[in-house]
Amino acid sequence: MSRLPITKTPKVYVGGAFIRSESARVFPIRDAAGHFFANIPQCTRKDLRNAVEAAAKAGPGWAKRTAYNRGQILYRLGEMLEARAVEMTSAITLGAPSPARVRAAAREVAATVDRLIYYAGWADKYEQVLGNVNPVAAPYFNFTVTEPMGVVGVIAPDAAPLLGLVSLLAPAIVSGNTVVALASETHPYAAILLGEMLATSDLPGGVVNLLTGFRREIVPTFATHTHLRAISGVAKADERKALKLGAAESVKRTHLLKAEAKTDWFASRAQSLEAIRDTLEFKTTWHPIGA
Amino acid sequence: MNAGQSASFRRLFDEVGPVDAVGIEERVAKYTTRSIKKSAKLWGLRTAVTMVDLTTLEGKDTPGKVASLCQKAVHPSDDPTVPPVAAVCVYPAMVRHARRALGPGAKVRIASVATAFPSGQTALVTRLAEVRRAVADGADEIDMVINRGAFLAGEFAKVQDEIAAVVAACGEATLKVILEVSELETYDKIRAASFLAMSVIRPGDFIKTSTGKTTLNATLGNNQVMLEAIRDFYLATGTAIAMKPAGGIRSAKQALQFLIAVKETLGDAWLNNKRYRFGASSLLNDLLRQIEKERTGAYQAPYYFSEAAESY
Amino acid sequence: MASLNTLPKFSARRPGRPAPELIFGDLWTYDPAPETADPKLKARYELFINGRFIAPKSGKYFNSINPANEQKLAEIALAGPAEVEAAYRAAQRAFDTTWGRMPGAERAKYLFRIARLLQDRAREFAVAETMDGGKPIKESRDFDVPMAAAHFFYHAGWADKLDYVAPGRRVAPLGVVGQVIPWNFPLLMCAWKLAPALAMGNCVVLKPAETTSITALKLAEIIQDADLPPGVVNIVTGAGETGAAVMGHRIPAKVAFTGSTEVGKIIMRSLAGTDKKMTMELGGKAANIIFDDAPLDQAVEGIINGIFFNQGHVCCAGSRLLVHEPVAGRVVAKLKQRMKVLRVGDPLDKNTDIGAINSKEQLTRITALVKSGVKEGAGLFQPACTLPAKGWYFPPTIFTGVSMSHRIAREEIFGPVLSILTFRTPEEAVEKANNTAYGLSAGVWTDKGSRILKMSTELKAGVVWANTYNKFDPTSPFGGYKESGFGREGGRQGLLDYCRLV
Repeated sequence: MSRLPITKTPKVYVGGAFIRSESARVFPIRDAAGHFFANIPQCTRKDLRNAVEAAAKAGPGWAKRTAYNRGQILYRLGEMLEARAVEMTSAITLGAPSPARVRAAAREVAATVDRLIYYAGWADKYEQVLGNVNPVAAPYFNFTVTEPMGVVGVIAPDAAPLLGLVSLLAPAIVSGNTVVALASETHPYAAILLGEMLATSDLPGGVVNLLTGFRREIVPTFATHTHLRAISGVAKADERKALKLGAAESVKRTHLLKAEAKTDWFASRAQSLEAIRDTLEFKTTWHPIGA
Repeated sequence: MNAGQSASFRRLFDEVGPVDAVGIEERVAKYTTRSIKKSAKLWGLRTAVTMVDLTTLEGKDTPGKVASLCQKAVHPSDDPTVPPVAAVCVYPAMVRHARRALGPGAKVRIASVATAFPSGQTALVTRLAEVRRAVADGADEIDMVINRGAFLAGEFAKVQDEIAAVVAACGEATLKVILEVSELETYDKIRAASFLAMSVIRPGDFIKTSTGKTTLNATLGNNQVMLEAIRDFYLATGTAIAMKPAGGIRSAKQALQFLIAVKETLGDAWLNNKRYRFGASSLLNDLLRQIEKERTGAYQAPYYFSEAAESY
Repeated sequence: MASLNTLPKFSARRPGRPAPELIFGDLWTYDPAPETADPKLKARYELFINGRFIAPKSGKYFNSINPANEQKLAEIALAGPAEVEAAYRAAQRAFDTTWGRMPGAERAKYLFRIARLLQDRAREFAVAETMDGGKPIKESRDFDVPMAAAHFFYHAGWADKLDYVAPGRRVAPLGVVGQVIPWNFPLLMCAWKLAPALAMGNCVVLKPAETTSITALKLAEIIQDADLPPGVVNIVTGAGETGAAVMGHRIPAKVAFTGSTEVGKIIMRSLAGTDKKMTMELGGKAANIIFDDAPLDQAVEGIINGIFFNQGHVCCAGSRLLVHEPVAGRVVAKLKQRMKVLRVGDPLDKNTDIGAINSKEQLTRITALVKSGVKEGAGLFQPACTLPAKGWYFPPTIFTGVSMSHRIAREEIFGPVLSILTFRTPEEAVEKANNTAYGLSAGVWTDKGSRILKMSTELKAGVVWANTYNKFDPTSPFGGYKESGFGREGGRQGLLDYCRLV
């Protein structure tokens, strides 16, 4: 008799813990062969609200860490993902489909690790490139520094469900922002597993919160929650409009990619200093120079 | 406060100078890397026991609780090498019960909090009456709180006058002046408040960090600021003021770090319970656990040591 | 503090009483607390060339001595001209075939690996560093080793971001570089030199100081464990002759030297007429300036850190104290009190603050300069301390009443010796501070922000520490003005010295 394996119950990673939706709702996902695979939490706007609370609570502590420390933690996240690359590959393919699909998934995982390492390396450097001293025409020392904005909302694409999600959240957290992210609606399982790696990477609870569910139920709350100071994500035209209308109410910054443009997440353009800058404030201070 | 007084306080605060917080944290970090072993560790642990003001300050304190505390204070452990603590510290209403439990002329002293501890927010006449009553009931020591509202509003003469009035009300009793460091917030203010207090108290009186009733109590940082103030005051005037960190010191390891700070800042003359106390309760049992571990070589479970008080 | 007596309430100072003193005695002495971790030393260390440990053709070795007890620790291979040639050829080949062609993101991963492996073996390396060089275990454990790992970690992240190093320009590696490092921070100097060179895509031949070769060769083990392609890093050990061979070889496009100004000038002379790029990180005689409004206790701690950290074997040591006259007496009194609780002794004892002097030669030099200070009339103070019977030690020392014409105010002592001068105005402080051929670092202690910024603008020093001293970070560029050298290490500015603009 063959041995029956124990199946894992997917839960979402919010506030450093693994939870079900407060609504207790789930939706099923199927594997590559069409069989039932697992029930995924169907998160609600209240889940989003709770996640924002957790992210706001974690914010000050995360922003106060040294840049070196944040870089080391992102690097360790890369270590965790690399060590479990095979598991994550099958979380993306969900079954045993064609070798080409497995290769593509493995390529996506490797690119995600490399992306994490890329942003880890920026943690203690972006300030040196984005900040500066300004030679004002008066006896003042004048310097411009960057500061994280606070809680950032991330809306992940369906294509490249792991790489796209990480490409959006890594540049936000490297500078001290905290993130509430909505994972891909059609391929949420990679985000479920990503939560486990976040939990084992020394990342403090609440810095990244990953929700799963349906975009039509949650995106409107991303749009209107005034504590989210910025939204980075991929959205369709009608979603973009809703997000921008909601953003207007609390002057959120939005950086939205068009879903129809089909971003190439593997391109080197998909990682940049500018992505970090998208969720930074700039502060300029003056101080007299004199005896 | 008149202009002349204001000016003299400005001069005082200019004289005592600012404190750099980052610098203080770096200095005290060096205490935490000292490695204290064997006989040095035992000496430190036993000395720390003699410095404990074993404390219970709860609304639900009763004569029975206080009697139990006093018994623990006199006889912390069955190990005959473990000395008694310095004092018990209780609310004014409990002083007479402590005196009854300890008897007259006990080696363990009775300290009473007073002056509307912990907030201090009543009329001065009430606060002084409380002090006198506690002393009459048998308190050997009084732990008072300064008027933080007045201090932060710049009414330094008022703060100082009130301390002087409490000194008078104490009579023979030793006074400990609680600055409440969490409400003063900055190291600059803690240093200034230390000098304000030291200028009007007597040799052998104490300055103390905190009531233990707020979220931030004694730390190596504020302990260091106050030790440095005591040192500067002593070298300038010859008056030796004592020090008591209170609240937040729960482990023997922490207590040893505080003693290292005393040793390296004030030297040998302050390493005794006339000049240094710990306001603590759960600390005592951790000291006993570590003493027993040094004796037997085995790590100890907490339940081998009698419980007495859990305030801090 | 006489004005305390003018306060309305209380004055305890009775005339005729002796001045109060603090007793720093032996009421509570710390028991010995030796670090027991195993440094895993080998009896003999070979050269590291082209990814392997090889013996020198000459068969010659020299001893590495533990300055704490004068005992031999290991034999170190002596690289001759043939080995230096082999090392440079390996570096050139590695650059041409592997490292020079490798994408930055992949180079980065090797450097991250080295950082992590060094973090794994941190305690072992700290003990080895202390035994080979004499610095207290507290310092190698809490500063040298973690900082070395941090340098590799920081520079790793630059390897694939070179487009941001020089705005508007693209950069390319130099190719092969030669590096000679000193004995005061043996492992850390390896990191300071190797990390930026490798991040920018260069290959390296590095010579450690002859009294401290061990941690460099242990780092070579980590480089092997990290699978760094052979030839990217080569370590050749030896003394002055080997150093000259490394600096003067035809292959490297650039040489980097950290050491004394005297030797730096020799190297510069020898390279005149060639096209080689150079960076020099040389000596210093930094002024640590204390104003009367400074937080005095923290300033005193800063003075102590400035001159007694690493036994004063620091190029940027705050070896001249410039103290504002109004507070000179108080500062010197506090300094003396603080010195009384400094512990000099066995570097492997976790409570030791000041360890051994690195070599007999250095001890001789320090002793001679201290003698000159006494001879020239400065006031000597040393706290009472028992020095170990064997090994090379020197007590922490201060000289008061020093002026700029004293030798001890002008010459770099490179030991735990502080020369104390006074000043009356900020202008005078700046003048005295700049009155030296050196210009590596300076310290300013004051509560006034605008004064900090003014002093920082006017002090001719590559590093200015305000209300702190001897702070280092991989992100913060380090290097000197004038005869303290040129070029920077660390930060974005430090990268430019390891690449060329295209």
